[in-house]
Amino acid sequence: MRHTISVLVTNEFGVLSRISGLFSGRGFNIESLSVAETLDHRISRMTIVTSGDDKVLEQINKQLNKLINVIKVHDFTDEEHIERELALIKVTSNGDTRAEILSIVDIFRAKVVDVSPRSYTVEITGDEEKIGAITELFRPFGIKEIVKTGRIAMARTPKQK
Amino acid sequence: MKKNGAQVFLECLLKEGVDTIFGFPGGAVLPVYDALFDSPLRHILVRHEQGAVHMADGYARATGRPGVVLVTSGPGATNTVTGIATAYMDSIPLVVFTGQVPTALIGNDAFQEADIVGITRPCTKHNYLVKDIKDLQRIIKEAFYIAMTGRPGPVLVDLPKDVLTAPCELKYPDKVELDSYQPNYKGHPGQIKKAIDFILSSKRPVVYAGGGVILANAADELKAFSTRLGIPTTTTLMGLGGFPGTHPLFMGMLGMHGTYCANMAVMNTDCLIAIGARFDDRVTGKIDEFAPYAGIVHVDIDPTSISKNVRVDIPIVGDVKNVLKDLLKAISAQGAKDFKGNTKEWHSQIDSWNSTHALSYKNDPKGKIKPQYVVEKLYELTKGDAIITTEVGQNQMWAAQFFKYDRPRTFISSGGLGTMGFGFPAAIGAQIAFPDKTVIDIAGDGSLQMNIQELATAVQYKLPVKVAILNNMVLGMVRQWQEFFYNKRYSHTCISVAPDFVKLAEAYGAAGLRAKTPGEVEGVIKEALSIKGKPVLMDFRVDPAEDVYPMVPAGQPLNKMLLV
Ligand SMILES: Cc1cc2nc3c(=O)[nH]c(=O)nc-3n(C[C@H](O)[C@H](O)[C@H](O)COP(=O)(O)OP(=O)(O)OC[C@H]3O[C@@H](n4cnc5c(N)ncnc54)[C@H](O)[C@@H]3O)c2cc1C
Ligand SMILES: Cc1ncc(C[n+]2csc(CCOP(=O)(O)OP(=O)(O)O)c2C)c(N)n1
Repeated sequence: MRHTISVLVTNEFGVLSRISGLFSGRGFNIESLSVAETLDHRISRMTIVTSGDDKVLEQINKQLNKLINVIKVHDFTDEEHIERELALIKVTSNGDTRAEILSIVDIFRAKVVDVSPRSYTVEITGDEEKIGAITELFRPFGIKEIVKTGRIAMARTPKQK
Repeated sequence: MKKNGAQVFLECLLKEGVDTIFGFPGGAVLPVYDALFDSPLRHILVRHEQGAVHMADGYARATGRPGVVLVTSGPGATNTVTGIATAYMDSIPLVVFTGQVPTALIGNDAFQEADIVGITRPCTKHNYLVKDIKDLQRIIKEAFYIAMTGRPGPVLVDLPKDVLTAPCELKYPDKVELDSYQPNYKGHPGQIKKAIDFILSSKRPVVYAGGGVILANAADELKAFSTRLGIPTTTTLMGLGGFPGTHPLFMGMLGMHGTYCANMAVMNTDCLIAIGARFDDRVTGKIDEFAPYAGIVHVDIDPTSISKNVRVDIPIVGDVKNVLKDLLKAISAQGAKDFKGNTKEWHSQIDSWNSTHALSYKNDPKGKIKPQYVVEKLYELTKGDAIITTEVGQNQMWAAQFFKYDRPRTFISSGGLGTMGFGFPAAIGAQIAFPDKTVIDIAGDGSLQMNIQELATAVQYKLPVKVAILNNMVLGMVRQWQEFFYNKRYSHTCISVAPDFVKLAEAYGAAGLRAKTPGEVEGVIKEALSIKGKPVLMDFRVDPAEDVYPMVPAGQPLNKMLLV
């Protein structure tokens, strides 16, 4: 099963390689990884998408916690949370297809961020499904390039009773 | 006058209580070597950096204090890697200081530059590159703290030359502030209660104790626990000495070359109490069939050890010493009246396993020397009062089987990595820690040659270390696998082209003795034990065909033992 894990780490050089080394050294998967500073500049957050059975996930969690630079590990799997990734998609366009592409962009509330005579570059944020869906719709026009960030996630604030 | 980084570094070591460092100089650490000239710190000059790390490791295992190493950048640093990985696998506290090229040159393929922090990341508990003199003292403090606390392990600190020469004032911190590292020492009371209830309801309990007992200095507590309830006890290779080897409850080591009794007990127990042990594959054999009838209680300070290989029913994360004390308290509080009665039948079963297939070998007083006989004689003639280190292979297993270890920190062996060449430098480290003790490396002729150069170190410091070479002229353990599992195709395991160890010893200024027949063994050992002020190599020409029994072939369950 897939898991999105947030890892708070001290913001020092070499920490990323400790984490990625742990995953590769122990044969754990990384499907995506994104890193950025938190509000406290001494701390970074890594969001890691990984997969494995319960036993593997238990080890991932424990092994991450064991690293000296890791402050906190949180698995979002069993709770309400928001996941987002961002993609830039360069899609082939010409006089005949422009309108159709723009209407897809509109429906998905994406944005055109660059235009050339033969292409649009579209920026879209959303969960994996949404990005997958727009990619499928663009595919028939010809996708020249696609760049995606790793996934980031945040827990939903529990609803007031 | 202001001091420099190198001088302050040495003062920090003194503040940390370090009395000895093991090292080898070079360009990048020259500032430290210059400062050493005026320092009260004892420095042991080795002949190869791998030797320095194993010595520091032997020192740490014998004393419980951290071993400290100092080497130069580049090749000096890379030579330490096997030693560091050895300590890492066995959870031994070391602090290894490596020189590094000046910060401005890092990343430039500078002369003798190696990214040792990158190289050792997966085989250290943690490591550091000191980029700024203002971080030096904090990092040293943290390095010792991390090495010694929680599950111990090696920590490496890389010291660029400009940091060592930078002006600096001694301000060694008294404590560390590491929010992200808080080992848990106290077992959870609820889990302890559950464990006790389960243990007291069992009929066929076994204690399976490991290196964690020794690391936690908890041998007395373990003995109190096992004897309070009368639970048959086995240890891993790393746990030898953690429970008295001559105690009636001791079943010997378990695992691939464990005793028949210990392995049968584990395969039939209904309650396996694992204490500071990590269910290594050399111990479990075929994992799906390990301890099939047992509920498992597991005490370990490292959560990653728990349920890593084997499902655990009652995990207790905490320090072995604390948890055993709490377990004992709980037993006193609730009493264990019926327990001994309930386990009576189990004890007679254990006794019968113990007697049917006790460890043995076929001695032949007129024939070749049996290696097991040499180990037995070493035990007899030292009365067990010695620190034994081992190399790796058959010698190691015979040392584990035929010598009885009554006290912790008297059996020192590379278990996890199985590093040939470990035993001799480790013996030197132990001898430096305990100059008046008998320290013996039980060695294979192959392994010994991997760090034989340290003979010069032992001679230089007048150390009476003994090396008992079980000289079979083969890479015995590998030869044994070829015999059992590769149709006796002895590919590249004959090492009969070897030095004359007696002459070699003499060439170094050490003593060399040889025994070719069983009748000579005792005399050689007695003479070796009487030699003071220099190392002794004993060359025992043993039967090259001898194999280690019992043996559980890799991947088989523990009750499928090949017996003598
Ligand atoms: C040729 C060869 C053959 C071998 N054959 C065998 C064999 O037959 N039988 C055998 O047993 N081994 C054998 N070994 C050794 C084996 O490879 C392992 O090294 C060994 O079994 C591990 O021992 P352990 O489980 O006690 O773990 P260790 O490596 O000693 O680990 C200690 C455990 O205790 C924990 N711990 C540390 N400090 C504390 C504390 N303060 N409180 C609580 N927990 C703590 C650690 O987290 C860790 O989980 C062999 C090795 C070689 C090279
Ligand atoms: C550095 C290293 N290389 C290779 C091995 C694989 N190995 C394990 S035991 C062994 C043979 C050891 O021979 P020797 O030291 O003569 O001991 P014996 O088994 O004969 O007692 C070898 C090669 C190892 N453990 N360590």
